[in-house]
Amino acid sequence: MESILRRSLWWLSANNIKMNWRQGFSWRLFICVLALFLAVPVLTIVFSLLLPMNANWEHVASYLLSDYIWNSLLLMVGVALGVTLIGVSTAWLTTMYEFPGRAIFAWALLLPLAMPAYIVAYTYTGILDYAGPVQTSLRQLFDWGYGSYWFPDIRSLGGAVFVLTFVLFPYVYMLARAAFIEQSICVLEVSRSLGCTAWQSIWRVALPLARPAIVAGVSLALMETMADYGTVQYFGISTFTTGIFRVWFGMGDVSTASQLAAVLLFFVVTLLLLERFSRHKARFHHTSHRYSELKRRTLIGWRRWSAVSVCALPLLLGFVFPALQLLYWAVTTAESSFDHSFLLLVWHSLYLATITALAGVIVAVTFAYGKRLLGSSAINAVVRLSGLGYAIPGIVIAVGIMVPVAWFDNTVDTFARETFSKSTGLILSGSLFVLVLAYLVRFLSISLQTVESGLEKVKPTMDDVARTLGYTPLQVLRRIHFPIMKGSLLTALLLVFVDVLKELPATLILRPFNYNTLAVRAYELAADERLADVGAPALMIVLVGIIPVILLTRVIDRVRVSKTSASGS
Amino acid sequence: MTLFASKFASKRSASWLAVIATALTLSPILHASEKEVNLYSARKEQLIKPALDKFTEKTGITVNLVTGKADALLTRLKSEGKNSPADLFITVDAGRLYRAKQAGVLQKFESETLNAVIPENFRDPEGYWFGLSMRARPIFYVKDRVDPKLLSSYEALADDHWAKKICIRSSSNIYNQSLVASMLARTGETDVESWAKGLVSNMARSPKGGDRDQLKAAAAGQCDVAVANTYYYGAMLTGKDAEQKAAAEKMAIFWPNQSDRGAHVNVSGIGLTAAAKNIEAAKALAEFLASPETQQWYAEVNFEYPVGKGVEISGVLKQWGDFKADSINLAELGENNASAVKVMDRAGWK
Repeated sequence: MESILRRSLWWLSANNIKMNWRQGFSWRLFICVLALFLAVPVLTIVFSLLLPMNANWEHVASYLLSDYIWNSLLLMVGVALGVTLIGVSTAWLTTMYEFPGRAIFAWALLLPLAMPAYIVAYTYTGILDYAGPVQTSLRQLFDWGYGSYWFPDIRSLGGAVFVLTFVLFPYVYMLARAAFIEQSICVLEVSRSLGCTAWQSIWRVALPLARPAIVAGVSLALMETMADYGTVQYFGISTFTTGIFRVWFGMGDVSTASQLAAVLLFFVVTLLLLERFSRHKARFHHTSHRYSELKRRTLIGWRRWSAVSVCALPLLLGFVFPALQLLYWAVTTAESSFDHSFLLLVWHSLYLATITALAGVIVAVTFAYGKRLLGSSAINAVVRLSGLGYAIPGIVIAVGIMVPVAWFDNTVDTFARETFSKSTGLILSGSLFVLVLAYLVRFLSISLQTVESGLEKVKPTMDDVARTLGYTPLQVLRRIHFPIMKGSLLTALLLVFVDVLKELPATLILRPFNYNTLAVRAYELAADERLADVGAPALMIVLVGIIPVILLTRVIDRVRVSKTSASGS
Repeated sequence: MTLFASKFASKRSASWLAVIATALTLSPILHASEKEVNLYSARKEQLIKPALDKFTEKTGITVNLVTGKADALLTRLKSEGKNSPADLFITVDAGRLYRAKQAGVLQKFESETLNAVIPENFRDPEGYWFGLSMRARPIFYVKDRVDPKLLSSYEALADDHWAKKICIRSSSNIYNQSLVASMLARTGETDVESWAKGLVSNMARSPKGGDRDQLKAAAAGQCDVAVANTYYYGAMLTGKDAEQKAAAEKMAIFWPNQSDRGAHVNVSGIGLTAAAKNIEAAKALAEFLASPETQQWYAEVNFEYPVGKGVEISGVLKQWGDFKADSINLAELGENNASAVKVMDRAGWK
């Protein structure tokens, strides 16, 4: 496969420093077609705005829309602040300083990502409920009774912000950390020698340099927040997503549901554009090629223990407490969770997650590098568009894939029947292919943003020099970019892997017969309100997610070392 | 030097990828055969699979299953069209079966057995779908705080007496939508809307959580009465979770509207798809799922009431007593569902 790839791409770049027009055109066409293909579900939603608004839309606008906008906005602002604060501070501490447990925090802070948000919501409800362990022990301790004391209700907007923040901050943590690691320490040293205090060099140098990565992380967290259904639905908060479901399922009106999704998209696009404008034409790559090894400063005294608490708190709240609650449920109350089919669930989950992660990164590199080489506004726009799927509830994306694929299958079938009087049936529908395709569309944004933020940090002059020295664009990618952005590539792999592990709506609707995953099993028990039985499959998702988390963090950490040796040559 | 020298895409993993890609594209397509029946089910796997296994054991017919949300499965059926592999479609409420019939994805189903077993109001008048098990949605009250004599009907929950004393889940839930749809079938829209407004102002808290949460909240003292489906109550009473069990034991069932239309019920039901290819096997399965044996199993595993007359109920269900169920034809729930959602929106029922 590789040699075919090499041969078919050879002519693209053979020994030309600049691509000639024809070669650039084919490459451009390929990227545009692929991106447009992946953008079909998003485009379907955008075009739904062209359909006439019916009476249901009027109903939504007069009774529900203001609630949806208001709640969604508050949720986004809250989560944005939360994940930035937690993600950046933990990333900075674990990169720059040495303190007890640092090496463990470095990978453990990614663990909350392996938890489906709605399951964390369930566990917190269990923990903080009136009859839960916290309130019960408070009552026993202070001899309180019902109504005699105030206790915050987790099932509220604030509670949703809390749950989503502690589940989603690892996006920011991971991307910011990768960026901090890839930053040249020289830049920081220069800033210090120019008289900046430690805080100033963070604010003026490190943070601005890491901005693309931080923004990428925050927008991933926000897009996932917008697409969340399980948590807000359980907490009784009306957002755009619950609205989409209400109109679609409750009123049976698909077109108004799509129009609501389009409004949601409009929100997200505005947000992304605002960020882009505020960045102006700033570029964020390094201008020095002198990387020197990062020496972590050892913290002492109170600083040391505050660093430990800053890292421990999100880990406890985002992972340990929910996991303990799940474990408690799994051990004490679950009935026959581990039957023979359980291993099959694990295998299915692993299989889908691995394939999608690999495919996702390949597509993302193609897009990101294509944009870098041929950067035209058309390509930029199409690639951006294809990455918007992440902000849309998974089930809307799933249907957006299912309908055109089924249409394709049926058209082929009709053609075959008429021409060869033979039925082909459904070729793609109901196969794993469609499922992986849906995952790709939904999670492309993750791999794309991660890869792009890695690529942005490579100086364009490096490309130019390498090309002058006779490298083809693919050689540049392999010999220059891959080693430098290895951390980002692995991050992208990991994020998509973990996200597919816990993905639910698309899996539920698109999977073949008799094909279950861990997420599906966990959901079916949760939807039946058998929370105790959710413990085992949910913990298994976490366990399966932990292994790559640990492995990849090690590799990412090692990236710095290899970079140092490379800069010496 | 290979093209992608980096570890993550070595030569070996590239060929591995190629194999997987091929395997994916050529993934087996299910073909109709005599010994097979394909099922799309909104009943969760754990609430249907054991019965399917028993069917396979008995008849030798393999049952292939995809579970999911009813509306999503319905969309899949619609988009797959005449080539859909599904033979049967199971939902957990009649409204969705009505919607499936309207969408043209079901076909008429001639079965003497089903017609004989299932009462008329629990099946489609034209034979497009049949109820399999009945779910009741009564009122629950806290035994030591509420005098059940004060309870009478769903309508009376809007009385001032119950101000700040009612727990009920969100109107986005299908069971509440069906309840309001059943009221719309009897009463004018304005009356139902003012009832819903009264109910909303009587709510002890803004709706959140599932049915079990309403019962737990009532037991904990947040409210005096709750509306929930009986099978959640049954699962709480008999489950291993001590806390839930204690909560459920504080509650009792009140069967509302016994002097008029009866308590609100819905069914989990089944329809034969328009694209069905294994019709005989599908019929056999549907009849098996409606058989007294399986009806009793629904009661045992999930505290659902049998739809068929003459099926003995046992254990917990018997303790809850006989009640008069609303005899409305459940197809009407489907017809009124969209209006019900709008009524609840206008009433401010979150």
